Amino acid sequence: MSPVLSLRGTTKRFGDHTALDAVDLDVAEGEVVVVIGPSGSGKSTLVRCVHQLESVDGGGMYLDGELLGYSEHRGALRPLTPRGTAAQRRRVGMVFQQFNLFPHFSALRNVSEAPRRVHGRTAGEAEREATALLDRVGLGDRLHHYPRQLSGGQQQRVAIARALATRPRILLFDEPTSALDPELVEEVLGVLRGLARDGLTMVVVTHEMAFAREVADRVVFMEAGRIVETGPPAQIFGSPRSERLHSFLSRHTREVPA
Amino acid sequence: MTVTAPPTTTGPGTHDVADARPRFRPWRWVATAVLALVAAQILTFLVTNERFGWDVVAAHLFAPSVLAGLGTTVLLAVLAMLIGSVLGGLLAAAQLSGFGPLRWAATTYVGVFRGIPPLVQLIFWFNLAYLLPEISIGIPFGGPDLVSWNANDLITPLTAGVIGLSLVESAYLAEIIRAGVLGVDQGQREAASAMGFTPLQTFFRIVLPQAMRVIIPPSGSQFISVLKGTALVSVIAMNDLLHSVQVIYNQTYEIVPMLLVACIWYLTVVTLLTIGQRRLERRFARGHVRTAPTGGAS
Ligand SMILES: Nc1ncnc2c1ncn2[C@@H]1O[C@H](COP(=O)(O)OP(=O)(O)OP(=O)(O)O)[C@@H](O)[C@H]1O
Ligand SMILES: [Mg+2]
Repeated sequence: MSPVLSLRGTTKRFGDHTALDAVDLDVAEGEVVVVIGPSGSGKSTLVRCVHQLESVDGGGMYLDGELLGYSEHRGALRPLTPRGTAAQRRRVGMVFQQFNLFPHFSALRNVSEAPRRVHGRTAGEAEREATALLDRVGLGDRLHHYPRQLSGGQQQRVAIARALATRPRILLFDEPTSALDPELVEEVLGVLRGLARDGLTMVVVTHEMAFAREVADRVVFMEAGRIVETGPPAQIFGSPRSERLHSFLSRHTREVPA
Repeated sequence: MTVTAPPTTTGPGTHDVADARPRFRPWRWVATAVLALVAAQILTFLVTNERFGWDVVAAHLFAPSVLAGLGTTVLLAVLAMLIGSVLGGLLAAAQLSGFGPLRWAATTYVGVFRGIPPLVQLIFWFNLAYLLPEISIGIPFGGPDLVSWNANDLITPLTAGVIGLSLVESAYLAEIIRAGVLGVDQGQREAASAMGFTPLQTFFRIVLPQAMRVIIPPSGSQFISVLKGTALVSVIAMNDLLHSVQVIYNQTYEIVPMLLVACIWYLTVVTLLTIGQRRLERRFARGHVRTAPTGGAS
């Protein structure tokens, strides 16, 4: 089966700094890929590029085989119009570290707004689906709360419901639990586990090694803009091959003995 | 060896703050007395000084010519504010655009129209016919005209007033709107585009409603200053509120009472505007204050 997402030689520079250095990555349907790596290794840049929040400087990214961000016109590639980009983004969902909920909308409206305005559902339909999604993340009793009236963990769960509302082909998470108090992390990871069980295709950037070991189908270790090592969690955590991964893990898994 | 103290009136557990009385604040009493005294003085001055001519004020407050002037003033202010908001929004968008020439053009516009006194601009527009006897739409640089008007017919005191005030307004509002939009967190734009909103949807549904919180208070002040700024059009012989009372006192010489008539109306309209502004502010504060959730199914 062809992968949902493919990166081929994807390169991103910020001035002189190469944040992504010819990254190759395939994500298959229903696969959960967890990205780990030291700070500044390009994990955020990777998911932000896939979501076209950053422009890419080289290589190609494909969603279901379709080139992202560009179209071919008489043999030359040209950037898509904002409309074209928006249409591609609708097929990708994203959950941010800082939630980025819309503060002027209730939880229900945060979730139902995009299906209504972007996917042309009726108000009633969109609200029914949004209610069901908020139920699924355990917030069925918080529909009319505004983000500021919710705890961090609850806000992040609304954000997950919002990302699901557009029925994306793939969901991207950029450190979804890093802005949360330790006791709220588990409720968000619980939701992520549920999504993984339901067979959603996900790319999750996280520092939660125990979660990676438990939920990932495949773990990707990045350093300095490159994918250094990739493999099933048992291999990555059990018998890391590269010296760098070894030292990274010894720094990050003290609390979770192998 | 330690001895546990017997319960006293100062020990833990002997107080209940629910029974506390308000704090005694003597300076507040002093301030109240001073303010009351000043208010009484002003009132006495207003009532006992016959030169205010309150009977004349009452007689002219609802005079048809004064009400017509008031109508013109409000119409001018509303038109200037509407046109100014639309133009200001476009200018703000241009100033925030990633396209250099557009940004420079908008910045120049704002600089020019904020920099020249409104009175000078009004007189200038009123005398446009001198500079451009004919206004036409056609092919530039000597091409044929498609439509053309005589500038003297087109530039009446009303059009000169509306154009002048709108252009000044748009420059100020552009800056206000730009600041409001810049104040919205970048993450909001990213989240909106991540949801697949187009740039226009992102702006109108996500960014602008949040920016409004910051935009409304200074825009309210701006509306008030346009309303007062309309008094300038009396120099180009337009029948606004100020002009209507001037016409009367030029005949009766009751300058102070007639100016009071104008003052009362200006203050009335400004007060109404302020009430409207507070309402709008509350509306756009939705979700920004930690109030109890508004329950109920929808
Ligand atoms: N907008 C930007 N402008 C300039 N440099 C940037 C920008 N965004 C990221 N970088 C740089 O790119 C590199 C990769 O950043 P990135 O945010 O992807 O790291 P990360 O792996 O997500 O780190 P962390 O775990 O701390 O979130 C860093 O060196 C960073 O300084
Ligand atoms: Mg990051």
